[in-house]
Amino acid sequence: MNAAFVALFLREMRIAGRVGGSASMGVAFFLCLVAITPFAVGPDPKLLARIGPAILWISALLATLLGLDRLFQADAEEGSLDQLHLAHLPLELTVVAKCAAHWVSAELPLVLAAPVLGLMLDQEAGALLAVTASLLVGSPALTLIGAMGAAATVSVRRGGLLMALLVLPLAIPVLIFGVSAASAATTADASLLAPFAILAALALAALALCPFAAAALLRQV
Amino acid sequence: MDTPQDSRPKPRAFSPLVVEALCVERGRRLVLENVGFTLGSGESLRVVGRNGAGKSTLLRALAGLLPLRSGRIRLGCAEGEDASIATHYLAHADGARAVLTALENLQFWRAMLAEPDGANGMSPSEALARVGLAPLAEAPVGILSAGQKRRIALARLFVASRPLWLLDEPLTALDSRARDQFAEAMRAHCEAGGILVAATHEPLGFETARTLDLDAGGRA
Repeated sequence: MNAAFVALFLREMRIAGRVGGSASMGVAFFLCLVAITPFAVGPDPKLLARIGPAILWISALLATLLGLDRLFQADAEEGSLDQLHLAHLPLELTVVAKCAAHWVSAELPLVLAAPVLGLMLDQEAGALLAVTASLLVGSPALTLIGAMGAAATVSVRRGGLLMALLVLPLAIPVLIFGVSAASAATTADASLLAPFAILAALALAALALCPFAAAALLRQV
Repeated sequence: MDTPQDSRPKPRAFSPLVVEALCVERGRRLVLENVGFTLGSGESLRVVGRNGAGKSTLLRALAGLLPLRSGRIRLGCAEGEDASIATHYLAHADGARAVLTALENLQFWRAMLAEPDGANGMSPSEALARVGLAPLAEAPVGILSAGQKRRIALARLFVASRPLWLLDEPLTALDSRARDQFAEAMRAHCEAGGILVAATHEPLGFETARTLDLDAGGRA
């Protein structure tokens, strides 16, 4: 079972690295979203510094959704999903392996790009660290919640939009505590630990629940 | 992973595949009604019927990929083996990722489908040689022809040894030589004690033990 988990993880990583993979697309989209924000809100450094963490989080959320809609769809179209049903690996762990590979190949680059893009939004050093750390803890939750939406829309052609509609409401708690953890570093009166702890709890809860929900949805196809 | 394996396993006795009064719906339409048959170890069944008669539905139901409305399926597998992992299912889609090479695809499926100790089934390169794709092992699947992709799907049957083969139009896009080779592989599978169900419009190239005509009631 371990060998199958590793084999699936490595296959997903390999696919992400090939032409047309999702690895670089997400970061490019993330960069675009952050870069166009100052054009929309105006070049006021104070304003950008205040709303910077929120912009980074919303951009990360949208970039995540962009890459996730094909998580199971490519497998369903080519017939691999049927084979994954018949594999040694339980479908729940299949979901975890695919999410883990997606996180490493598509989300981790977002997290690493966040401090660089944060500079464009006039973030101080402490704020850069906080927003990066909050994305590091919160992005696995976004991936796992998105996997549920990807599983629900696996048989819908061009289901990406429908998936975003399904997933965005579920991602709101992660967004709230992610942004409050990120902006707690700049506001003196707020505690940094509480939103971080809740964000970590959300990520762990997503890891415990979402694979079961996604696997159950995949069994309905 | 590429150690040579014994390609001709000793005949093993598997418990039979028993299908009783199977009814399956698709989109609220009853596609299969009261289908029943029993296949013992080493037996094969050819499923025929007009388009839409439910051949593919039957195979998907046997593979456990469709919910049953009523009826019962007991899978043929050795004593103490898990029934859900005793099945090979060959569908219309070949299950090969276009950006990976033929060898990478098969290595992946061997890890997913073969028993964890790796003691059964051929190595991926052996299986590719058996379907005549050894020269194209390093080619990405995306550039291969339909028949060559089909051969990769057939090679998947060899990298993991499983007792029950469910084949949906297995010969699609294959040339006559590949058809003969695969007919030989199907015969060898049954001789080794395996069970085989094939849905097809064309002659399979080898004599199945029984035929199930879905147009003429679901009895073999």
